[in-house]
Formats: sequence, C-alpha cells, structure tokens
Amino acid sequence: MDLVREVSQQYLKSDLPDFRAGDTVKVHVRLKEGEKERIQVFEGLVIARKHGGIAETFTVRKISSGIGVERIFPLHAPSVAKIEVVRMGQVRRAKLYYIRGRRGKATRIKERRRT
Amino acid sequence: MVRGILGKKVGMTQIFDDDGRVIPVTVVEAGPCVVVQRKSIENDGYEAVQIGLVEKRPRRNATMPTQGHFKAAGIPPTRMVAEVPVDDGDESRPGDSVLADIFEADEQVNVVGKSKGRGFQGVMKRYGHAGGRASHGSGWHRKPGSIGQSAWPSKVFKGVKMPGQMGNKRITVKNVKVVKIDTDRNLLFLKGGIPGARNSYIRIVKVRG
Repeated sequence: MDLVREVSQQYLKSDLPDFRAGDTVKVHVRLKEGEKERIQVFEGLVIARKHGGIAETFTVRKISSGIGVERIFPLHAPSVAKIEVVRMGQVRRAKLYYIRGRRGKATRIKERRRT
Repeated sequence: MVRGILGKKVGMTQIFDDDGRVIPVTVVEAGPCVVVQRKSIENDGYEAVQIGLVEKRPRRNATMPTQGHFKAAGIPPTRMVAEVPVDDGDESRPGDSVLADIFEADEQVNVVGKSKGRGFQGVMKRYGHAGGRASHGSGWHRKPGSIGQSAWPSKVFKGVKMPGQMGNKRITVKNVKVVKIDTDRNLLFLKGGIPGARNSYIRIVKVRG
C-alpha cells in the first residue's frame, strides 16, 4: 500500500490553500474548447471533502439563477488550476449536506476567525 | 525479445492523463525476472522461455529437484516460475534478466492472475440469480430453483449453474492497456482492475500482432 501512495505522490499538488467544509471558494477550472484553453471560475460553498491522497475530491455548491448547482472536483486534477478561499466559515460538521434542504437566510454560515 | 513478465500486484490508485481525466490504474511490480530455462524448437518443439520472479526474500523451501533445475541456470530458486512466449529470433539465455522495460506505454497486454477466493457460494452471489422474495411467506429465498424438467430430458444438463466454489481460480483479462511504466522501480501501471488480491502473483504477456 505504501508503494501505491509513493507513486501517486508526484501527482499531488503542493500549492493548495488550506480550506474545509463551510468555506466559500473560487475554483478556477481549465476548460479545453477545441485548441484553445480558458479558465472558468466556479464560486460557491464547500460542502464536503472526501477521500484522501490522490483521490481526494471536494464538493462546491452554489445557487445559479435560483437552482442549486453542485460540482465535485478532484482536488489534485490538473484541470483545477487554482483554488481561492473567499471566506472561511465556522461550522460544526464535516459534511454540510443539510444545506441542500435549506434556502436563503437558513443557509447562512458564521465566519471563522483566522487562528 | 521476451514477450512477457511476472509480477506482483501492489494495489490500485488513480492518475491523471494529459487531458486531465482520471484513469484508474493497478500498480504492478513487474520483475525483476530472470530467465530460468530456454525452450527451443529442437528440444521442445516451440520457442519460449521459462522465467522466475526475483523477490527480496529468497525462496528457502525449494525441493532438491527444483534446486537442481535452478542450478542448471546458475540462479537461486524463485517462488514464482512461468513460461512466456518470445519474439522470433530471440536470443535470451538462462541467467538473463527480464525487466518491465520490455513494455511501452499505450501497449495492450493480457494479464493472468488468480482471483480472490470467495469459498463455496450460492447461485445468487456466484451467478447473480435473482432469488425469491424475502417476505410474504414465499419460502423460497436464495435457492437456485428448477434445474430441469421431469419426463424429458429426465436428467440435469451439464453446465447448469449451481452453488459451488467461487473465485480462487485462474482468470485472464485480455487487452489491458499499459498506461505508464516506471523503469527505475520496475512498475507497470495497468488501466483498470486485474484479478487477485494485493501481493498476488500475476503474469503479463504482450498481445500478439
């Protein structure tokens, strides 16, 4: 097993910001359109981080024109160009799936103090 | 060149390809192997080599006949030995080493391994039969059901799916893509899963043509 971890080591990103569920992030996604490549930004609330090592993913939820949209990104994928933490949130749960059933005011999250 | 190699399954992980897609891969420690015996048309009627997988821990329980067989090649006994085909005009001799670098990325290979043993299993797990309903007094839960007719043919046909040993059986997976090779550590990255548990022995042979 350790050898598996070792071989995937070179694919891990080292420049990732520290973020967790409850934080609001801007994810810069690399998109390939034919020959050209451009960056699209997906901003929303991180509601989960799953798995570990090379397989780690995170789920970002946003409300887009009234409809909830969730995207799951592989944390170490080259298509995820950059992750910016916009706001840190103070939450008591690792997975914020309860947010899905809530709208508007009920989805507010307290800001976390930088420690 | 030798067309195959022996290896040990290390485990599974994933890597990203050039387009950023996730590819599931099985990591295999392929080799180092050493040629134990040469099969030739003159002696055996066909061309091949018998190779052994060299491991860090040497094999200590070899019988006298096995020891003699390896002594002829001038190498210490190995646990895993198997025959693999060779290309035409191959000149490898006993004692030559076979490494993972006989393969290249994007090549197709066939993988032979022994599947994980699951013991004596019923038809639902073994063949995916639906079984009966659990409640409402059906009285028929995980049984195989009818295995044939009465007056004619008045016998059970051969090959009818019944409970029995599942797994722990030689399985070949064909046309597996080699995604990447690490020649320094003799590692092969094969796309998808391959039979067997971690640390189980496998045989990898190039697809012909």
